[in-house]
Amino acid sequence: MARAAVSGGLNRRLAWHAARLAEVVEETPSARTLVFDVPDWPGHLPGQHVDVRLTAEDGYSTERSYSIATPADGTRVALTVQRVDDGEVSPYLTETLSPGDVIELRGPVGGWFVWRSADPAPVLLIAGGSGIVPLMAMIRARREAGSRALFRLIYSVRTPEDRFYADELRTRARDDMGLDVGYVYTRQAPEGWPTAPRRLSVADVNNGGWPPDFQPACFVCGPTAFVETVADILVALGHDPRRVKTERFGPTGS
Amino acid sequence: MDLFSDEYTDGNALAGPLRELFTVDMTSAVGRCVSCGGEGPVAGMKVYAQAPGLVARCPSCQEVLMRLVRGPSDAWLDLRGTMSLRIPMPPE
Repeated sequence: MARAAVSGGLNRRLAWHAARLAEVVEETPSARTLVFDVPDWPGHLPGQHVDVRLTAEDGYSTERSYSIATPADGTRVALTVQRVDDGEVSPYLTETLSPGDVIELRGPVGGWFVWRSADPAPVLLIAGGSGIVPLMAMIRARREAGSRALFRLIYSVRTPEDRFYADELRTRARDDMGLDVGYVYTRQAPEGWPTAPRRLSVADVNNGGWPPDFQPACFVCGPTAFVETVADILVALGHDPRRVKTERFGPTGS
Repeated sequence: MDLFSDEYTDGNALAGPLRELFTVDMTSAVGRCVSCGGEGPVAGMKVYAQAPGLVARCPSCQEVLMRLVRGPSDAWLDLRGTMSLRIPMPPE
């Protein structure tokens, strides 16, 4: 039922699923990947997200959206969560939740900010902080699907320690033919980095991206202010606004 | 409320709440604003979640396009700022 997966479960009322934490991977000192086992998971597309609901013993409940970090893999759903210090949900997910614990999860949802592996167009991915998560799902799905679409990633992070998936991206930049990975450091750069820490600039997008003539599919994900800036840069450089897809996390994040 | 602060997310955050009501993904739907006539995907709307419920505003003119409040036994969907929604549908 490929179609059902494409539409996120067509003709099925969106329901909350019990999701059991199966595995935890530490990504940075303040972020970890939570791999859940979700029976009856219908599959998903790279870029889609889930809503997570936590309910306290007194009945108070709260919801947050998290992007899925990996391509569809049976009943497994992986989320990478960055701890927000004054957050209500992320400290619990990153510090308290343990393998075997069950939370509620709804999805997959979102059909606009997705990459389809049959699309041969070149792709430009621009991530700010934890905005890398849905873009990483696209990078992983590309190799898995044997896609030859050319991918370029520009990843803006505060410091080298804040990079998610650093080892995997280094390996993929070497082994995944047609994938380029570039970093911009905003607070502290690695030893010997050619430039001082600074914000992502027009030159970074111009040099690290694709010419607008190539009509690339652009995906930009990160904190709201970052996404607004990058989307404006892409359109100013001549990219068709309809080819620039954005996902904003709000004011928090890096 | 400062409309030009970054205290907002976007229409991607409406995917789950709207998918509860509709059988197809609504973030790909193209909406037209009553106020300015601007057109764009629901995913591109500015969404304010601090209000009771969710308020979606036009990224061009900032007018309210959509409000969604989920109560224990009802959902209220106010679309007065939206002239139309063009919704991609599977061919059949």
